[in-house]
Amino acid sequence: MRSSHRLAFLFLLPSLIFVGLFAFYPIFESFRLSFYRSILTLPWLGQKMVGWENYTDLWTDPVAAQSLRTTVFFVVTTIPLELGIGLGMALVMNEVFRGRGLLRAIVLIPWAIPTVVSSQMWRFIFNDRYGLFNFVLFGGDASRYLAPLADPILAPLTIIVAEVWKTAPFVALIVLAGLQTIPDELYEAASIDGATVWQQFRHVTLPLIRPALLLALLFRTIDALRVFDLVFVMTQGGPADATNVLSFYGYKKIFAEGMVGYGSAIAVGVFLVSLILSLVYLQILKSSRLERTPR
Amino acid sequence: MKRAAMLAIFSVGIGIYCLIPYLWFALTSWKSPAELTAIPPKLIPSFHWDFYRSALEERGLLRYIANSIIVAGTATGIAIAIGSVAAYALARFQLPWTNAYLLLLLAISMFPQIAIAGPVWNLLNHLDWLNTYRGLVAAYIALSLPLATWILTTFFREVPHEIEEAALIDGCSRFQAFYKIVLPISTPGIFTAALLVFINAWNEFFFALIVLTDPNLQTLPVGIALFPGEYTMPWGEIAAASTLATVPLILLTLLFQRGIVRGLAAGAVKG
Repeated sequence: MRSSHRLAFLFLLPSLIFVGLFAFYPIFESFRLSFYRSILTLPWLGQKMVGWENYTDLWTDPVAAQSLRTTVFFVVTTIPLELGIGLGMALVMNEVFRGRGLLRAIVLIPWAIPTVVSSQMWRFIFNDRYGLFNFVLFGGDASRYLAPLADPILAPLTIIVAEVWKTAPFVALIVLAGLQTIPDELYEAASIDGATVWQQFRHVTLPLIRPALLLALLFRTIDALRVFDLVFVMTQGGPADATNVLSFYGYKKIFAEGMVGYGSAIAVGVFLVSLILSLVYLQILKSSRLERTPR
Repeated sequence: MKRAAMLAIFSVGIGIYCLIPYLWFALTSWKSPAELTAIPPKLIPSFHWDFYRSALEERGLLRYIANSIIVAGTATGIAIAIGSVAAYALARFQLPWTNAYLLLLLAISMFPQIAIAGPVWNLLNHLDWLNTYRGLVAAYIALSLPLATWILTTFFREVPHEIEEAALIDGCSRFQAFYKIVLPISTPGIFTAALLVFINAWNEFFFALIVLTDPNLQTLPVGIALFPGEYTMPWGEIAAASTLATVPLILLTLLFQRGIVRGLAAGAVKG
Protein backbone atom coordinates (compact mmCIF):
# COMPACT_ATOMS: atom_id res chain seq x y z
CA MET A 1 0.00 0.00 0.00
CA ARG A 2 1.38 3.40 -0.94
CA SER A 3 1.95 5.67 2.02
CA SER A 4 -0.43 8.30 0.67
CA HIS A 5 -3.13 5.66 0.41
CA ARG A 6 -2.52 4.68 4.01
CA LEU A 7 -2.86 8.35 5.00
CA ALA A 8 -6.07 8.67 3.00
CA PHE A 9 -7.46 5.65 4.77
CA LEU A 10 -6.59 7.26 8.10
CA PHE A 11 -8.45 10.43 7.04
CA LEU A 12 -11.50 8.39 6.07
CA LEU A 13 -11.46 6.07 9.06
CA PRO A 14 -13.66 8.10 11.47
CA SER A 15 -16.42 8.50 8.90
CA LEU A 16 -16.13 4.84 7.90
CA ILE A 17 -16.70 3.83 11.54
CA PHE A 18 -19.90 5.87 11.87
CA VAL A 19 -21.30 4.96 8.46
CA GLY A 20 -20.36 1.33 9.00
CA LEU A 21 -21.97 1.06 12.43
CA PHE A 22 -25.10 3.11 11.76
CA ALA A 23 -25.83 2.43 8.09
CA PHE A 24 -24.12 -0.67 6.71
CA TYR A 25 -24.29 -3.00 9.65
CA PRO A 26 -27.98 -2.15 10.23
CA ILE A 27 -28.98 -2.81 6.63
CA PHE A 28 -27.37 -6.28 6.67
CA GLU A 29 -28.78 -6.92 10.12
CA SER A 30 -32.29 -6.05 8.83
CA PHE A 31 -31.85 -8.64 6.07
CA ARG A 32 -30.73 -11.22 8.63
CA LEU A 33 -33.53 -10.45 11.07
CA SER A 34 -36.12 -10.78 8.33
CA PHE A 35 -35.38 -14.53 8.25
CA TYR A 36 -35.94 -14.94 11.99
CA ARG A 37 -38.89 -15.01 14.30
CA SER A 38 -37.95 -12.48 16.94
CA ILE A 39 -40.58 -10.94 19.17
CA LEU A 40 -39.49 -8.29 21.65
CA THR A 41 -42.44 -8.84 23.97
CA LEU A 42 -41.71 -12.58 24.12
CA PRO A 43 -37.92 -12.54 24.68
CA TRP A 44 -37.83 -16.08 26.15
CA LEU A 45 -38.60 -17.46 22.67
CA GLY A 46 -35.26 -16.10 21.50
CA GLN A 47 -34.51 -15.73 17.80
CA LYS A 48 -35.60 -18.66 15.71
CA MET A 49 -34.57 -19.06 12.09
CA VAL A 50 -37.75 -19.42 10.04
CA GLY A 51 -36.45 -19.13 6.48
CA TRP A 52 -38.83 -17.31 4.14
CA GLU A 53 -41.78 -17.51 6.52
CA ASN A 54 -41.91 -13.74 7.22
CA TYR A 55 -41.94 -13.10 3.48
CA THR A 56 -44.65 -15.65 2.74
CA ASP A 57 -46.70 -14.18 5.59
CA LEU A 58 -46.13 -10.73 4.13
CA TRP A 59 -47.33 -11.94 0.73
CA THR A 60 -50.67 -13.09 2.16
CA ASP A 61 -51.12 -10.25 4.69
CA PRO A 62 -54.08 -8.11 3.50
CA VAL A 63 -52.91 -5.12 5.58
CA ALA A 64 -49.48 -5.27 3.90
CA ALA A 65 -51.14 -5.43 0.49
CA GLN A 66 -53.23 -2.36 1.29
CA SER A 67 -50.17 -0.63 2.73
CA LEU A 68 -48.30 -1.25 -0.52
CA ARG A 69 -51.22 0.08 -2.57
CA THR A 70 -51.44 3.17 -0.35
CA THR A 71 -47.72 3.84 -0.69
CA VAL A 72 -47.75 3.38 -4.49
CA PHE A 73 -50.80 5.64 -4.78
CA PHE A 74 -49.00 8.25 -2.70
CA VAL A 75 -45.86 8.06 -4.87
CA VAL A 76 -47.61 8.17 -8.25
CA THR A 77 -49.87 11.07 -7.26
CA THR A 78 -47.34 13.27 -5.46
CA ILE A 79 -44.50 13.00 -7.99
CA PRO A 80 -46.28 14.42 -11.08
CA LEU A 81 -47.80 17.22 -8.97
CA GLU A 82 -44.43 18.11 -7.45
CA LEU A 83 -42.65 18.03 -10.79
CA GLY A 84 -45.38 20.09 -12.47
CA ILE A 85 -45.60 22.75 -9.77
CA GLY A 86 -41.83 22.76 -9.25
CA LEU A 87 -41.18 23.19 -12.97
CA GLY A 88 -43.69 26.04 -13.14
CA MET A 89 -42.09 27.81 -10.17
CA ALA A 90 -38.62 27.36 -11.62
CA LEU A 91 -39.68 28.82 -14.99
CA VAL A 92 -41.04 31.93 -13.26
CA MET A 93 -37.98 32.31 -11.01
CA ASN A 94 -35.68 31.98 -14.01
CA GLU A 95 -37.15 35.11 -15.62
CA VAL A 96 -35.56 38.50 -14.97
CA PHE A 97 -37.80 40.80 -12.93
CA ARG A 98 -37.78 42.94 -9.82
CA GLY A 99 -38.34 40.96 -6.63
CA ARG A 100 -36.91 37.77 -8.07
CA GLY A 101 -34.43 37.45 -5.19
CA LEU A 102 -37.23 37.80 -2.67
CA LEU A 103 -39.29 35.16 -4.47
CA ARG A 104 -36.35 32.73 -4.48
CA ALA A 105 -36.01 33.24 -0.72
CA ILE A 106 -39.73 32.76 -0.05
CA VAL A 107 -39.72 29.50 -1.98
CA LEU A 108 -37.20 28.10 0.50
CA ILE A 109 -39.61 28.52 3.42
CA PRO A 110 -41.75 25.38 2.95
CA TRP A 111 -38.52 23.44 2.40
CA ALA A 112 -37.01 24.73 5.67
CA ILE A 113 -40.04 24.06 7.89
CA PRO A 114 -39.68 20.84 9.91
CA THR A 115 -41.97 18.16 8.47
CA VAL A 116 -43.50 17.62 11.90
CA VAL A 117 -44.47 21.30 12.00
CA SER A 118 -45.94 21.32 8.49
CA SER A 119 -47.83 18.13 9.40
CA GLN A 120 -49.42 19.80 12.44
CA MET A 121 -50.10 22.84 10.26
CA TRP A 122 -52.06 20.82 7.67
CA ARG A 123 -53.76 18.86 10.40
CA PHE A 124 -55.01 22.17 11.79
CA ILE A 125 -56.03 23.46 8.35
CA PHE A 126 -58.04 20.25 7.75
CA ASN A 127 -59.60 20.40 11.23
CA ASP A 128 -63.28 19.41 11.16
CA ARG A 129 -64.55 22.30 13.31
CA TYR A 130 -62.45 25.40 12.72
CA GLY A 131 -60.02 24.53 9.96
CA LEU A 132 -59.32 26.94 7.12
CA PHE A 133 -60.14 24.21 4.58
CA ASN A 134 -63.76 23.91 5.73
CA PHE A 135 -64.20 27.65 5.98
CA VAL A 136 -62.90 28.21 2.44
CA LEU A 137 -65.22 25.49 1.07
CA PHE A 138 -68.38 26.05 3.11
CA GLY A 139 -68.02 29.45 4.76
CA GLY A 140 -69.75 29.73 8.12
CA ASP A 141 -72.16 26.83 7.49
CA ALA A 142 -70.68 24.43 10.06
CA SER A 143 -73.32 21.77 9.37
CA ARG A 144 -71.64 20.96 6.06
CA TYR A 145 -68.09 20.82 7.46
CA LEU A 146 -66.07 17.75 6.54
CA ALA A 147 -63.63 15.79 8.69
CA PRO A 148 -61.05 14.98 6.00
CA LEU A 149 -58.58 13.33 8.39
CA ALA A 150 -61.24 10.89 9.58
CA ASP A 151 -62.46 10.02 6.09
CA PRO A 152 -60.83 6.99 4.42
CA ILE A 153 -61.03 8.61 0.96
CA LEU A 154 -60.05 12.18 1.90
CA ALA A 155 -57.32 11.33 4.45
CA PRO A 156 -54.79 10.06 1.85
CA LEU A 157 -55.47 13.23 -0.18
CA THR A 158 -54.64 15.46 2.81
CA ILE A 159 -51.29 13.69 3.17
CA ILE A 160 -50.67 14.18 -0.55
CA VAL A 161 -51.44 17.92 -0.29
CA ALA A 162 -49.11 18.28 2.70
CA GLU A 163 -46.28 16.44 0.92
CA VAL A 164 -46.62 18.33 -2.37
CA TRP A 165 -46.77 21.72 -0.62
CA LYS A 166 -43.49 21.14 1.18
CA THR A 167 -41.46 19.47 -1.56
CA ALA A 168 -42.49 21.18 -4.82
CA PRO A 169 -40.16 24.10 -3.88
CA PHE A 170 -37.26 21.64 -3.60
CA VAL A 171 -38.00 20.41 -7.12
CA ALA A 172 -38.15 24.06 -8.22
CA LEU A 173 -34.64 24.69 -6.88
CA ILE A 174 -33.13 21.70 -8.67
CA VAL A 175 -34.89 22.55 -11.94
CA LEU A 176 -33.86 26.21 -11.57
CA ALA A 177 -30.22 25.11 -11.27
CA GLY A 178 -30.74 23.20 -14.53
CA LEU A 179 -32.42 26.16 -16.25
CA GLN A 180 -29.54 28.47 -15.34
CA THR A 181 -27.10 26.34 -17.35
CA ILE A 182 -29.00 26.98 -20.62
CA PRO A 183 -27.24 29.72 -22.61
CA ASP A 184 -29.45 32.62 -23.79
CA GLU A 185 -28.06 32.26 -27.32
CA LEU A 186 -30.10 29.10 -27.80
CA TYR A 187 -33.34 31.00 -27.22
CA GLU A 188 -32.18 33.89 -29.43
CA ALA A 189 -31.37 31.47 -32.23
CA ALA A 190 -34.72 29.73 -31.79
CA SER A 191 -36.72 32.95 -31.90
CA ILE A 192 -34.80 34.13 -34.98
CA ASP A 193 -35.84 30.85 -36.59
CA GLY A 194 -39.43 31.79 -35.76
CA ALA A 195 -40.05 29.34 -32.91
CA THR A 196 -43.05 30.14 -30.70
CA VAL A 197 -42.66 30.29 -26.92
CA TRP A 198 -44.19 26.82 -26.66
CA GLN A 199 -41.82 25.45 -29.33
CA GLN A 200 -38.85 26.99 -27.52
CA PHE A 201 -39.97 25.35 -24.30
CA ARG A 202 -40.63 22.01 -25.98
CA HIS A 203 -37.47 21.81 -28.09
CA VAL A 204 -34.89 23.86 -26.17
CA THR A 205 -35.80 24.03 -22.49
CA LEU A 206 -37.28 20.61 -21.90
CA PRO A 207 -34.49 18.49 -23.46
CA LEU A 208 -31.82 20.53 -21.65
CA ILE A 209 -33.37 20.28 -18.20
CA ARG A 210 -34.09 16.57 -18.61
CA PRO A 211 -31.16 15.58 -16.35
CA ALA A 212 -32.31 18.01 -13.62
CA LEU A 213 -35.89 16.74 -13.89
CA LEU A 214 -34.73 13.12 -13.70
CA LEU A 215 -32.62 13.92 -10.67
CA ALA A 216 -35.57 15.60 -8.93
CA LEU A 217 -37.66 12.57 -9.90
CA LEU A 218 -35.08 10.26 -8.31
CA PHE A 219 -34.84 12.17 -5.03
CA ARG A 220 -38.58 12.69 -4.75
CA THR A 221 -39.47 9.05 -5.51
CA ILE A 222 -37.06 7.72 -2.90
CA ASP A 223 -38.33 10.24 -0.36
CA ALA A 224 -42.01 9.59 -1.10
CA LEU A 225 -41.50 5.83 -0.75
CA ARG A 226 -40.26 6.29 2.80
CA VAL A 227 -42.90 8.84 3.90
CA PHE A 228 -43.39 8.56 7.66
CA ASP A 229 -43.52 11.88 9.57
CA LEU A 230 -46.66 13.17 7.83
CA VAL A 231 -48.55 9.96 8.47
CA PHE A 232 -47.39 9.67 12.07
CA VAL A 233 -48.54 13.19 12.94
CA MET A 234 -51.60 13.64 10.75
CA THR A 235 -53.39 10.29 10.79
CA GLN A 236 -51.42 7.58 12.63
CA GLY A 237 -52.07 5.39 9.59
CA GLY A 238 -55.83 5.70 9.89
CA PRO A 239 -58.70 5.86 9.43
CA ALA A 240 -59.03 2.09 8.93
CA ASP A 241 -55.47 1.81 7.55
CA ALA A 242 -56.32 4.25 4.73
CA THR A 243 -52.95 6.04 5.17
CA ASN A 244 -50.97 3.12 6.62
CA VAL A 245 -47.93 3.49 4.35
CA LEU A 246 -45.16 0.88 4.38
CA SER A 247 -42.75 2.82 6.63
CA PHE A 248 -45.48 3.38 9.17
CA TYR A 249 -46.62 -0.25 9.03
CA GLY A 250 -43.05 -1.44 9.54
CA TYR A 251 -42.60 1.01 12.40
CA LYS A 252 -45.77 -0.22 14.08
CA LYS A 253 -44.76 -3.86 13.70
CA ILE A 254 -41.24 -3.37 15.09
CA PHE A 255 -41.64 -0.65 17.69
CA ALA A 256 -45.27 -0.88 18.82
CA GLU A 257 -45.88 -4.63 18.50
CA GLY A 258 -42.26 -5.82 18.88
CA MET A 259 -42.54 -8.10 15.82
CA VAL A 260 -38.92 -7.54 14.84
CA GLY A 261 -38.62 -10.34 12.28
CA TYR A 262 -41.85 -9.52 10.46
CA GLY A 263 -41.21 -5.78 10.62
CA SER A 264 -37.73 -6.33 9.20
CA ALA A 265 -39.24 -8.17 6.23
CA ILE A 266 -41.37 -5.05 5.56
CA ALA A 267 -38.29 -2.84 5.98
CA VAL A 268 -36.28 -4.99 3.54
CA GLY A 269 -39.19 -4.76 1.08
CA VAL A 270 -39.17 -0.93 1.22
CA PHE A 271 -35.39 -0.94 0.88
CA LEU A 272 -35.36 -3.21 -2.16
CA VAL A 273 -38.09 -1.26 -3.96
CA SER A 274 -36.24 2.04 -3.49
CA LEU A 275 -32.90 0.44 -4.43
CA ILE A 276 -34.28 -0.99 -7.68
CA LEU A 277 -36.02 2.27 -8.58
CA SER A 278 -32.89 4.35 -7.94
CA LEU A 279 -30.79 1.99 -10.08
CA VAL A 280 -33.31 2.31 -12.91
CA TYR A 281 -33.33 6.14 -12.62
CA LEU A 282 -29.53 6.33 -12.46
CA GLN A 283 -29.36 4.23 -15.64
CA ILE A 284 -31.78 6.58 -17.42
CA LEU A 285 -29.89 9.58 -16.06
CA LYS A 286 -26.59 8.24 -17.34
CA SER A 287 -27.96 7.56 -20.82
CA SER A 288 -29.68 10.97 -20.95
CA ARG A 289 -26.34 12.62 -20.20
CA LEU A 290 -24.65 10.70 -22.99
CA GLU A 291 -27.17 11.59 -25.68
CA ARG A 292 -27.32 15.32 -25.03
CA THR A 293 -28.72 16.04 -28.47
CA PRO A 294 -32.20 17.56 -28.24
CA ARG A 295 -34.78 15.64 -30.17
CA MET B 1 -46.24 44.86 -20.56
CA LYS B 2 -48.23 41.67 -20.90
CA ARG B 3 -45.17 39.67 -19.87
CA ALA B 4 -44.61 41.82 -16.78
CA ALA B 5 -48.24 41.44 -15.70
CA MET B 6 -48.11 37.68 -16.12
CA LEU B 7 -44.87 37.42 -14.16
CA ALA B 8 -46.39 39.52 -11.38
CA ILE B 9 -49.46 37.29 -11.21
CA PHE B 10 -47.39 34.10 -11.14
CA SER B 11 -45.01 35.52 -8.53
CA VAL B 12 -47.86 36.50 -6.26
CA GLY B 13 -49.34 33.03 -6.77
CA ILE B 14 -46.09 31.37 -5.75
CA GLY B 15 -45.79 33.69 -2.76
CA ILE B 16 -49.34 32.84 -1.60
CA TYR B 17 -48.69 29.13 -2.09
CA CYS B 18 -45.50 29.21 0.00
CA LEU B 19 -46.57 31.65 2.69
CA ILE B 20 -50.30 31.59 3.40
CA PRO B 21 -50.68 28.08 4.92
CA TYR B 22 -47.74 28.71 7.22
CA LEU B 23 -48.74 32.27 8.12
CA TRP B 24 -52.23 31.07 9.00
CA PHE B 25 -50.74 28.54 11.41
CA ALA B 26 -48.15 30.91 12.89
CA LEU B 27 -50.75 33.64 13.45
CA THR B 28 -52.87 31.10 15.32
CA SER B 29 -50.25 31.06 18.06
CA TRP B 30 -51.04 34.70 18.92
CA LYS B 31 -54.79 34.19 19.17
CA SER B 32 -56.85 34.05 22.32
CA PRO B 33 -58.65 30.75 23.05
CA ALA B 34 -61.93 32.30 21.85
CA GLU B 35 -60.38 33.52 18.59
CA LEU B 36 -58.87 30.08 17.99
CA THR B 37 -62.25 28.38 17.54
CA ALA B 38 -64.12 31.35 16.10
CA ILE B 39 -66.19 30.91 12.95
CA PRO B 40 -65.64 32.71 10.67
CA PRO B 41 -61.94 32.42 11.56
CA LYS B 42 -60.19 35.60 12.55
CA LEU B 43 -57.31 36.10 10.18
CA ILE B 44 -55.47 38.70 12.23
CA PRO B 45 -55.12 37.71 15.89
CA SER B 46 -55.21 40.12 18.82
CA PHE B 47 -51.62 39.12 19.63
CA HIS B 48 -52.04 37.32 22.91
CA TRP B 49 -48.94 35.63 24.32
CA ASP B 50 -50.93 33.20 26.48
CA PHE B 51 -50.27 30.17 24.30
CA TYR B 52 -46.54 30.87 24.39
CA ARG B 53 -46.66 31.23 28.15
CA SER B 54 -48.49 27.95 28.68
CA ALA B 55 -46.33 26.14 26.12
CA LEU B 56 -43.16 27.35 27.82
CA GLU B 57 -44.27 27.08 31.44
CA GLU B 58 -46.70 24.18 31.54
CA ARG B 59 -45.48 22.01 28.72
CA GLY B 60 -41.73 22.39 29.12
CA LEU B 61 -41.11 23.75 25.65
CA LEU B 62 -37.83 25.27 26.76
CA ARG B 63 -36.48 21.82 27.56
CA TYR B 64 -37.34 20.53 24.07
CA ILE B 65 -35.63 23.56 22.55
CA ALA B 66 -32.52 23.00 24.69
CA ASN B 67 -32.44 19.30 23.77
CA SER B 68 -32.73 20.15 20.07
CA ILE B 69 -29.93 22.68 20.27
CA ILE B 70 -27.65 20.23 22.10
CA VAL B 71 -28.34 17.28 19.80
CA ALA B 72 -28.38 19.12 16.46
CA GLY B 73 -25.44 21.35 17.45
CA THR B 74 -23.19 18.52 18.63
CA ALA B 75 -24.08 16.28 15.70
CA THR B 76 -23.34 19.11 13.25
CA GLY B 77 -19.97 19.94 14.83
CA ILE B 78 -18.75 16.35 14.86
CA ALA B 79 -20.19 15.47 11.45
CA ILE B 80 -18.48 18.48 9.85
CA ALA B 81 -15.14 17.72 11.57
CA ILE B 82 -15.19 14.06 10.51
CA GLY B 83 -16.73 14.81 7.12
CA SER B 84 -14.23 17.53 6.20
CA VAL B 85 -11.24 15.26 6.92
CA ALA B 86 -12.83 12.54 4.79
CA ALA B 87 -13.76 15.00 2.04
CA TYR B 88 -10.18 16.31 1.97
CA ALA B 89 -8.87 12.79 1.39
CA LEU B 90 -11.47 12.23 -1.35
CA ALA B 91 -10.70 15.55 -3.05
CA ARG B 92 -6.90 15.41 -2.85
CA PHE B 93 -5.47 11.90 -2.74
CA GLN B 94 -5.90 10.28 -6.12
CA LEU B 95 -7.68 7.23 -4.85
CA PRO B 96 -8.93 4.69 -7.39
CA TRP B 97 -12.22 4.19 -5.54
CA THR B 98 -13.15 7.81 -4.76
CA ASN B 99 -16.18 7.92 -7.05
CA ALA B 100 -17.34 4.50 -5.96
CA TYR B 101 -17.20 5.63 -2.35
CA LEU B 102 -19.13 8.84 -3.10
CA LEU B 103 -21.80 6.83 -4.89
CA LEU B 104 -21.99 4.51 -1.91
CA LEU B 105 -22.56 7.51 0.38
CA LEU B 106 -25.29 8.73 -1.98
CA ALA B 107 -26.91 5.31 -1.75
CA ILE B 108 -26.80 5.49 2.06
CA SER B 109 -28.51 8.86 2.07
CA MET B 110 -31.37 7.18 0.20
CA PHE B 111 -31.86 4.37 2.71
CA PRO B 112 -35.41 4.41 4.06
CA GLN B 113 -35.12 5.05 7.82
CA ILE B 114 -37.28 2.03 8.54
CA ALA B 115 -34.74 -0.23 6.79
CA ILE B 116 -32.10 0.48 9.44
CA ALA B 117 -34.22 1.58 12.42
CA GLY B 118 -34.59 -1.79 14.17
CA PRO B 119 -30.87 -2.70 14.19
CA VAL B 120 -29.86 0.89 15.12
CA TRP B 121 -32.21 0.65 18.09
CA ASN B 122 -30.70 -2.76 19.02
CA LEU B 123 -27.17 -1.41 18.72
CA LEU B 124 -27.91 1.61 20.92
CA ASN B 125 -29.69 -0.67 23.36
CA HIS B 126 -26.59 -2.89 23.64
CA LEU B 127 -24.38 0.16 24.16
CA ASP B 128 -26.88 1.38 26.77
CA TRP B 129 -27.17 4.56 24.70
CA LEU B 130 -30.96 4.63 24.33
CA ASN B 131 -32.40 7.71 26.00
CA THR B 132 -29.07 9.53 25.91
CA TYR B 133 -27.99 12.50 23.83
CA ARG B 134 -24.96 10.61 22.56
CA GLY B 135 -27.15 7.81 21.16
CA LEU B 136 -29.11 10.18 18.93
CA VAL B 137 -26.03 12.30 18.16
CA ALA B 138 -24.15 9.20 16.96
CA ALA B 139 -27.03 8.24 14.67
CA TYR B 140 -27.28 11.80 13.32
CA ILE B 141 -23.54 11.97 12.62
CA ALA B 142 -23.78 8.83 10.51
CA LEU B 143 -26.90 10.08 8.70
CA SER B 144 -25.37 13.51 7.95
CA LEU B 145 -22.00 12.27 6.75
CA PRO B 146 -23.16 11.51 3.18
CA LEU B 147 -24.49 15.06 2.66
CA ALA B 148 -21.53 16.70 4.46
CA THR B 149 -18.94 14.66 2.57
CA TRP B 150 -20.57 15.35 -0.81
CA ILE B 151 -20.78 19.10 -0.34
CA LEU B 152 -17.32 19.43 1.20
CA THR B 153 -15.66 17.28 -1.46
CA THR B 154 -17.20 19.53 -4.11
CA PHE B 155 -15.87 22.63 -2.34
CA PHE B 156 -12.37 21.26 -1.65
CA ARG B 157 -11.98 20.26 -5.30
CA GLU B 158 -12.39 23.94 -6.22
CA VAL B 159 -9.47 25.03 -3.98
CA PRO B 160 -6.38 25.40 -6.19
CA HIS B 161 -3.63 22.84 -5.53
CA GLU B 162 -0.70 25.25 -5.84
CA ILE B 163 -0.78 26.96 -2.43
CA GLU B 164 -1.04 23.67 -0.71
CA GLU B 165 1.80 22.12 -2.68
CA ALA B 166 4.07 25.02 -1.75
CA ALA B 167 3.24 24.37 1.91
CA LEU B 168 3.96 20.66 1.52
CA ILE B 169 7.36 21.47 -0.02
CA ASP B 170 8.05 23.82 2.90
CA GLY B 171 7.67 20.86 5.22
CA CYS B 172 4.02 20.97 6.23
CA SER B 173 2.45 17.60 6.88
CA ARG B 174 -0.68 16.64 4.92
CA PHE B 175 -2.84 17.27 7.95
CA GLN B 176 -1.26 20.70 8.55
CA ALA B 177 -1.81 21.59 4.89
CA PHE B 178 -5.42 20.59 5.35
CA TYR B 179 -6.27 22.54 8.48
CA LYS B 180 -3.95 25.51 8.04
CA ILE B 181 -4.57 26.18 4.34
CA VAL B 182 -7.50 24.35 2.76
CA LEU B 183 -9.85 24.66 5.73
CA PRO B 184 -9.60 28.48 6.12
CA ILE B 185 -10.03 29.03 2.36
CA SER B 186 -13.12 26.80 2.33
CA THR B 187 -14.93 28.51 5.21
CA PRO B 188 -17.99 29.41 3.06
CA GLY B 189 -18.33 25.81 1.92
CA ILE B 190 -17.96 24.47 5.42
CA PHE B 191 -20.52 26.93 6.69
CA THR B 192 -23.00 25.88 3.99
CA ALA B 193 -22.50 22.21 4.77
CA ALA B 194 -22.87 22.87 8.50
CA LEU B 195 -26.07 24.81 7.91
CA LEU B 196 -27.66 22.05 5.83
CA VAL B 197 -26.60 19.36 8.30
CA PHE B 198 -27.95 21.43 11.20
CA ILE B 199 -31.31 22.00 9.48
CA ASN B 200 -31.63 18.27 8.77
CA ALA B 201 -30.73 17.32 12.35
CA TRP B 202 -33.04 19.99 13.80
CA ASN B 203 -35.94 18.66 11.70
CA GLU B 204 -35.27 14.92 12.05
CA PHE B 205 -38.13 12.98 13.60
CA PHE B 206 -37.95 9.22 13.03
CA PHE B 207 -34.77 8.40 14.94
CA ALA B 208 -35.50 10.97 17.64
CA LEU B 209 -38.82 9.20 18.16
CA ILE B 210 -37.34 5.72 18.63
CA VAL B 211 -34.12 6.65 20.48
CA LEU B 212 -35.52 9.14 23.01
CA THR B 213 -38.60 8.03 24.93
CA ASP B 214 -37.80 10.06 28.05
CA PRO B 215 -39.74 13.37 27.76
CA ASN B 216 -36.86 15.17 29.50
CA LEU B 217 -34.53 14.34 26.63
CA GLN B 218 -36.84 14.56 23.62
CA THR B 219 -36.18 17.03 20.82
CA LEU B 220 -38.59 19.63 19.45
CA PRO B 221 -40.05 17.59 16.56
CA VAL B 222 -40.90 14.74 18.95
CA GLY B 223 -42.34 17.20 21.47
CA ILE B 224 -44.48 18.84 18.78
CA ALA B 225 -45.63 15.53 17.29
CA LEU B 226 -46.55 14.01 20.65
CA PHE B 227 -48.15 17.10 22.19
CA PRO B 228 -50.61 15.55 24.63
CA GLY B 229 -54.35 16.04 24.30
CA GLU B 230 -56.65 13.14 23.47
CA TYR B 231 -59.99 14.94 23.24
CA THR B 232 -59.28 18.58 22.65
CA MET B 233 -56.05 19.29 20.81
CA PRO B 234 -54.08 22.17 22.37
CA TRP B 235 -53.81 23.88 18.98
CA GLY B 236 -52.69 27.22 20.36
CA GLU B 237 -49.75 25.67 22.20
CA ILE B 238 -48.87 23.47 19.23
CA ALA B 239 -48.84 26.53 16.98
CA ALA B 240 -46.69 28.44 19.49
CA ALA B 241 -44.20 25.56 19.78
CA SER B 242 -44.17 25.14 15.99
CA THR B 243 -43.49 28.83 15.49
CA LEU B 244 -40.60 28.78 17.95
CA ALA B 245 -39.18 25.68 16.22
CA THR B 246 -39.49 27.21 12.75
CA VAL B 247 -38.65 30.89 13.03
CA PRO B 248 -34.90 30.34 13.65
CA LEU B 249 -34.78 28.07 10.60
CA ILE B 250 -36.60 30.56 8.41
CA LEU B 251 -34.24 33.34 9.52
CA LEU B 252 -31.18 31.16 8.83
CA THR B 253 -32.61 30.20 5.46
CA LEU B 254 -33.37 33.75 4.41
CA LEU B 255 -29.99 35.04 5.63
CA PHE B 256 -27.96 32.35 3.91
CA GLN B 257 -30.25 31.69 0.96
CA ARG B 258 -27.49 31.88 -1.66
CA GLY B 259 -25.23 29.46 0.17
CA ILE B 260 -28.05 26.99 0.76
CA VAL B 261 -29.17 26.99 -2.84
CA ARG B 262 -25.57 26.55 -3.96
CA GLY B 263 -25.05 23.72 -1.47
CA LEU B 264 -28.23 21.94 -2.52
CA ALA B 265 -27.26 22.34 -6.14
CA ALA B 266 -23.74 21.04 -5.44
CA GLY B 267 -25.22 18.00 -3.79
CA ALA B 268 -27.90 17.56 -6.40
CA VAL B 269 -26.70 18.61 -9.82
CA LYS B 270 -23.38 16.82 -9.67
CA GLY B 271 -25.09 13.64 -8.51
